[in-house]
Amino acid sequence: MNDVSLTHLQALEAESIHIMREVVAECDNPVMLYSIGKDSAAMLHVAMKAFYPAKPPFPLLHIDTTWKFREMIAFRDQTAERLGLRLLVHINAEGLAQGINPFTHGSGVHTDVMKTQALKQALDKYGFDAAVGGARRDEEKSRAKERVFSFRSAQHRWDPKRQRPELWRLYNARKHKGESFRVFPMSNWTELDVWQYIALENIPVVPLYLAKLRPVVERGGALIMVDDERMPLAPAETPMMKKVRFRTLGCYPLTGAIESEAETLAAVIEEMLRTRMSERQGRVIDHDAPSSMEKKKQEGYF
Amino acid sequence: MDRTSLLRFMTCGSVDDGKSTLLGRLLYESQLIFDDQLAALAADSKKFGTQGGDLDLALLVDGLAAEREQGITIDVAYRYFATRRRKFIVADAPGHEQYTRNMVTAASTADLALILIDARKGVLPQTRRHSYIVSLLGIRKAVLAINKMDLAGFRQETFDSITGGYREFAKQIGLDDIVAIPVSALHGDNVTQSSVNTPWYRGPALMEHLESVEIQQELSSRPFRMPVQWVNRPNQDFRGFAGMIASGAVERGGRVKALPSGQESRVARIVTQDGDFGRAIAGQSVTLTLEHEIDISRGDVLASTDSPAAVADQFQVTLIWMHEEPMLPERPYLMKIGAATVGATVTSLKYKVSVNTIEHLAAKKLGLNEIGVCNIGLDRRIPFDPYTENRETGGFILIDRFTNETAGAGLIQYALRRADNIHWQALDVNRTARSGLKGQKACALWFTGLSGAGKSTIANLVEKRLLAAGKHTYLLDGDNVRHGLNKDLGFTDADRVENIRRVAEVMRLMVDAGLIVLVAFISPFRSERRMARGLMADGEFIEVFVDTPLAEAERRDRKGLYQKARRGELKNFTGIDSPYEAPEHAEIRIDTMATTAEQAAELLFRRLAAAGILGEARED
Ligand SMILES: Nc1nc2c(ncn2[C@@H]2O[C@H](COP(=O)(O)OP(=O)(O)O)[C@@H](O)[C@H]2O)c(=O)[nH]1
Repeated sequence: MNDVSLTHLQALEAESIHIMREVVAECDNPVMLYSIGKDSAAMLHVAMKAFYPAKPPFPLLHIDTTWKFREMIAFRDQTAERLGLRLLVHINAEGLAQGINPFTHGSGVHTDVMKTQALKQALDKYGFDAAVGGARRDEEKSRAKERVFSFRSAQHRWDPKRQRPELWRLYNARKHKGESFRVFPMSNWTELDVWQYIALENIPVVPLYLAKLRPVVERGGALIMVDDERMPLAPAETPMMKKVRFRTLGCYPLTGAIESEAETLAAVIEEMLRTRMSERQGRVIDHDAPSSMEKKKQEGYF
Repeated sequence: MDRTSLLRFMTCGSVDDGKSTLLGRLLYESQLIFDDQLAALAADSKKFGTQGGDLDLALLVDGLAAEREQGITIDVAYRYFATRRRKFIVADAPGHEQYTRNMVTAASTADLALILIDARKGVLPQTRRHSYIVSLLGIRKAVLAINKMDLAGFRQETFDSITGGYREFAKQIGLDDIVAIPVSALHGDNVTQSSVNTPWYRGPALMEHLESVEIQQELSSRPFRMPVQWVNRPNQDFRGFAGMIASGAVERGGRVKALPSGQESRVARIVTQDGDFGRAIAGQSVTLTLEHEIDISRGDVLASTDSPAAVADQFQVTLIWMHEEPMLPERPYLMKIGAATVGATVTSLKYKVSVNTIEHLAAKKLGLNEIGVCNIGLDRRIPFDPYTENRETGGFILIDRFTNETAGAGLIQYALRRADNIHWQALDVNRTARSGLKGQKACALWFTGLSGAGKSTIANLVEKRLLAAGKHTYLLDGDNVRHGLNKDLGFTDADRVENIRRVAEVMRLMVDAGLIVLVAFISPFRSERRMARGLMADGEFIEVFVDTPLAEAERRDRKGLYQKARRGELKNFTGIDSPYEAPEHAEIRIDTMATTAEQAAELLFRRLAAAGILGEARED
């Protein structure tokens, strides 16, 4: 550490710690939404620092759509165990019973039922009044104005008119019973910041982020990995082995891989600095409609 | 890895000065626009662009037009870009007059302001307004980008006359660290590279300047302050105070003072997961342990012993109003400052400030986006610094107690000396004397519960019992208050708050007169009850929760009110379409499903006797 000033990563980390401590000090029953990806990895790492030597005083919650990559699930369980944290996993049982899946129902319905509705179910079930998530403002144009403490009505709705101005480091976390907050401590980080931080702090990430030979098929211009036998293949489709990695991780049928040679974190960062594609390009849900993110936010997706 | 630093800046400009184009160019030039975004931009440029189908960089950041059409609230947008030397966080706030709130929000976290001026128009009233807000919020560094120089023939005289005039004005408002740069956002002149079109300009290009400008380490050189956010107690042996250092530095072994208590100790350890630090500086989030066991909780401030923060409960402040409902003096709010949240009342509004002319205007209230200077009183003493010395310990927000919304932002100017205030004089004829004469201790019993829970019934029985014992009492309830003192009030949110405020004030006066006061109002909100409690000394306020389940209250429905409410004829009826917040720490809870009203009254009477309220000699 320099004597008079912080590096940008130190400043971002300190800000995120501050936000997480505010959540714990002001909310009755917070939870951290853990989605297994790189943003969650960095966020969780910051949380471990924020409350050290205590453990983070909240559980982790994973909304399992049942379509995550198998490596993600394994990594999730290892991580909770390694850090000694309580992990809650919620699956929308009705959706599961109805057999909702991204192939027959499409990404929109699948995401709504298995992710958005499932998240609301879980928050209601445990009575969480603050859900801390790893979303960043640079992810998408409509997120540029999102608050750090994003207010949700008792019905989990996001109403732009009820969002509160955020000045200095003062977050207003007061609410009536039933209302809640989504809190985004990583708001000011960019994708590059997250990778640099992961490299600097040696944070473990799901191996899918590193390039390796994997079975993929090409669909609608995206490379989709055949992660298990549930994926229906068209008659002419045969999985081919390609050296690929992922920039974001979600449900495997909805997440496009990119061809890459980057087998180490350093190489990933190097590639990122040269790349000319934004990370969302790999997410199938964005292509639905231009304002789809905005709409999903109102519905409670974030 | 590169040692990149972080610069937060805000942008100010009037409509069409080229703010979006300039910001879009900075993003574009720093290579943060990806190919897929660029493809989308090219498509958008053809459709909506102003550049005849050429790339319109403004579209990268400009969502405003669309938002206005959709009626979405206009807000501060945060954008990010980075170069090898620095990461930038840009707070982009629309500049129109109505958006003072957003400008202030953007300025509150910025280290520098980028002010745009259209070379053809020069300094506009808006430019002055933005500059005033920038300076008010304590930003000392500004970059003046004189844009559209291509349309002004890149003439030096134009540039010189605009910057000369601006500097003179800026000096009056205390902005003196100004760097002016002639640019063309559209063509890129002097944005990332010095332009051949302005050979007379010797200064840096905009990006070069942003990358290298010294960010004032102002807060690092101020005295040490750390608001305590959270007390970390994983086990009996560890008690750490967690917080972000607001200013200055702290060292292992250094002396610190806890405020407002004033107790001193030494820093034993600066604990982080990355190992203990010997020293930590402003902007770091740390956990401190102290050598002595002193009582510190969230909201307290750890400060240097040489120049500790002052402690006070009355201030002159600048307020910026951010809520549709105007600020009215005497309304109770909550103030959040650092990690502390305290009750606050604006005692008087001295004047408001015109953001256009910086004139002082007489005012009775402060509306949305207005700025004023007022006196404010708190329900307890807090450590603080004047905003001009430390924005982290001198800036605060006001929260509406009823809606919980952030209603305003404030800057502490200075503490008011006690002599300047009306303070209750300690007369010899006082409460103790008055109540002593009556052979009792004055106090208030505050009954809260749903409509039909049994508050009035029980309160009446208690009063009878007290009277029989020779005590002097008074019962305040809807019947005797709503028809007289508060007959001008209805049931809107604001009226309900005012209703309880008056009741609480009357309660206070009556207790001061030496009476045992019984108050029976639904008082559904914790914040109101807390406000009432805050008016009283410890032990004088006894909250009685008359706990009856909604279903039971509704079943009793003696006045037929629930039925009306269910039919929608009564709006905002507690329990039906307006919430009831059950007390968490009531002194007494009465379960009306398990006790009769008579039993409850007897129980309360005994509690009063046990608490010494009924006087020693004549105890029942
Ligand atoms: N000629 C010229 N036009 C410019 C320049 N900067 C912006 N403009 C144009 O001015 C108009 C308004 O720009 P915009 O960035 O949308 O302004 P904003 O309202 O401040 O965001 C657009 O037509 C731009 O192309 C410049 O440096 N030179």
